[in-house]
Amino acid sequence: MSIAETYEGAGTLQNASTLKSEERREKLTFLGLSMPAVLTILIVVFLPIFWLSSLSFFNAAGELSTENYTRIFSSALYRRTFVVTFQISIAVTVICVLLGYPLCYWLTKMPNKTAAILMVFVLVPFWTSVLVRTYAWLVLLQRNGIINSSLMSLGIIEEPLQLAHNLTGSIIGMVHIMLPFLVLPLYATMRNIDGDLVRAAVGLGSSPRGAFWRVFFPMSLPGLFAGIVLVFILSLGFFVTPALLGGGRVQMLAQRIESTITVYSNWGAASALGVVLLLLALAMIWLMNRVFGLDKLFMR
Amino acid sequence: MSPAAHSLPIDISNLCKAYGSVKALNDVSLNIAAGEFLTLLGPSGSGKTTLLMALAGFVRPDGGSIRFGEQEMIATPPHKRGLGMVFQSYALFPFMTVAENVAYPLKIRGVSKSDQKARAERALETVQLGGYGDRRITQLSGGQRQRVALARAMVFEPQIILMDEPLSALDKKLREHMQIELKALHEKLDATVVYVTHDQREALTMSDRIAVVNHGRIEQIATPERLYRQPHSFFVADFIGESISLPVSVANDTAQLGERVLKSNTPIALGSGGHRLIIRPELLEVTAGAVPDAANDLSGQVHDIIYQGDSVLVIVQHDSAGQINVRVPANRAGQTGLPSKGEQIGLALHPEDTIIVPEHVA
Ligand SMILES: Nc1ncnc2c1ncn2[C@@H]1O[C@H](COP(=O)(O)OP(=O)(O)O)[C@@H](O)[C@H]1O
Ligand SMILES: [Mg+2]
Repeated sequence: MSIAETYEGAGTLQNASTLKSEERREKLTFLGLSMPAVLTILIVVFLPIFWLSSLSFFNAAGELSTENYTRIFSSALYRRTFVVTFQISIAVTVICVLLGYPLCYWLTKMPNKTAAILMVFVLVPFWTSVLVRTYAWLVLLQRNGIINSSLMSLGIIEEPLQLAHNLTGSIIGMVHIMLPFLVLPLYATMRNIDGDLVRAAVGLGSSPRGAFWRVFFPMSLPGLFAGIVLVFILSLGFFVTPALLGGGRVQMLAQRIESTITVYSNWGAASALGVVLLLLALAMIWLMNRVFGLDKLFMR
Repeated sequence: MSPAAHSLPIDISNLCKAYGSVKALNDVSLNIAAGEFLTLLGPSGSGKTTLLMALAGFVRPDGGSIRFGEQEMIATPPHKRGLGMVFQSYALFPFMTVAENVAYPLKIRGVSKSDQKARAERALETVQLGGYGDRRITQLSGGQRQRVALARAMVFEPQIILMDEPLSALDKKLREHMQIELKALHEKLDATVVYVTHDQREALTMSDRIAVVNHGRIEQIATPERLYRQPHSFFVADFIGESISLPVSVANDTAQLGERVLKSNTPIALGSGGHRLIIRPELLEVTAGAVPDAANDLSGQVHDIIYQGDSVLVIVQHDSAGQINVRVPANRAGQTGLPSKGEQIGLALHPEDTIIVPEHVA
């Protein structure tokens, strides 16, 4: 229905065309403003992904084939890499949740000012380079590092613990780096939960613990889910920390990709690994969405 | 309702709570009868919420006693007090449906699923929301949310229901409608209701008795009519209804406005800090001729006339007392004709309407 029809019988619409063109101009302005971002994403995200996935269909000899993919699924070495990557990512995510949830809950109980100060402690490491933090952990965790030497001088242990250059070291380092990614969305969500809701639950007969599980926890789930997805997906593709703190003994997917290129110069195989990693990440998001029933949670 | 549920009296004595140097509750004692609708009325920051939250168990008082019936409750945790509660923000659980919200107190109490459903539906019908059970909270208007909160507070037939400014988020028309509805609902329920508001009109409309709270103390507790006609202090008189006040001198139980002795039927309340005469615009009478001897004469010259729809406000300039407002019902004004500006009119304040209060309660 045209504008004129809508107002039929109401006489002429004054300035209708001026108002219409004003509206069009406004829309164009918004489109123009969003163009740089849209183009950037197109060029630096979608184009490389497209290029990467097409590369993965060429073998080392430059012929079109699915060889790169069949190798990923048949080789025990690759299978081992996937298993380790998942194990580490799950372990890091679980530890982050176990550390981060109580931390956030405790922060929400603090007065605003104290909570803001404490948040800085979470954020300062977040603002420091990953490389710096990883080397700092190396200093702390190595055989004659601060942790081992203090434990030995206190007589708690006889032999130095093997904390770095292995799985333990990788996980400790990764948890430290990933924790803010869980804490930030989770804390924001918890802070926004109306205290009256928990009070209402208790007032209507729930024990404090019951009110937590029946009201507070479900309301914190969107933030927890966002944090879990961030941590898990970032862990899947993490490189620096496992490379340095794992001491070559821990091979995650990103490291495998790196060595495939630098050692074997096999771009096709590396690309195939990258594509599989990307698809896995997307599949995980989809799966978690199904499990947590997120559409229901976000419907307010 | 079920025979098990019968309302309980509440006895509060010497309740104290300080936040730093602020005495939010300053030695509050209050007896609320079983089944009564009692309103805590006072300005913002006077301690109403603190008192209500102390009853609910969310604020731990510094000292005092709270008894529900015979039972001392002062140290009982909130979830064991068995209260129905309605919050200003409604505090409905956003991730549950209307029916799940209402059934929540029943679920906690281990009521069977089918019973939960039936009782929740019945409670929703009581607040005129029958058939709304499957809706999401977000799909409801403010007034409907308010009703859901009410249904949730009463579904388990609590003996005591607490409400903290439950209507303040609604617009005026809906608020006035809900006031009447809440009052009717209270008559159906067998529960003692403690209601908090800062709106004096709301308090007058709904309550059996009103406790006026000021600076953490109860200034006066009385029925709406008594509170209106016989306030104990200037604070109460000023807070409730519309009025102007004039300083008077009191000696030997008689009050004097300037040179003139005031005729009053009510005994002058004790207190400190001087006395004031309270003049409510609607209690003044415009006399055709001279003011009769039995009444107090406040005659003066008409300064202004303001039409307000349901009534007309006449502003009279009195020689010594300044401006006095008189409210004339619009219908009567229409029949007898209004005075005109500058005209000299007779104003009578009858002895039974002559309210003299001390500045502060004793
Ligand atoms: N948690 C608190 N911490 C500090 N002061 C408070 C707290 N709660 C209430 N108060 C103070 O106690 C007084 C009474 O508050 P409140 O009971 O909320 O008043 P009302 O509900 O009548 O507006 C106010 O001066 C308020 O600032
Ligand atoms: Mg309040």
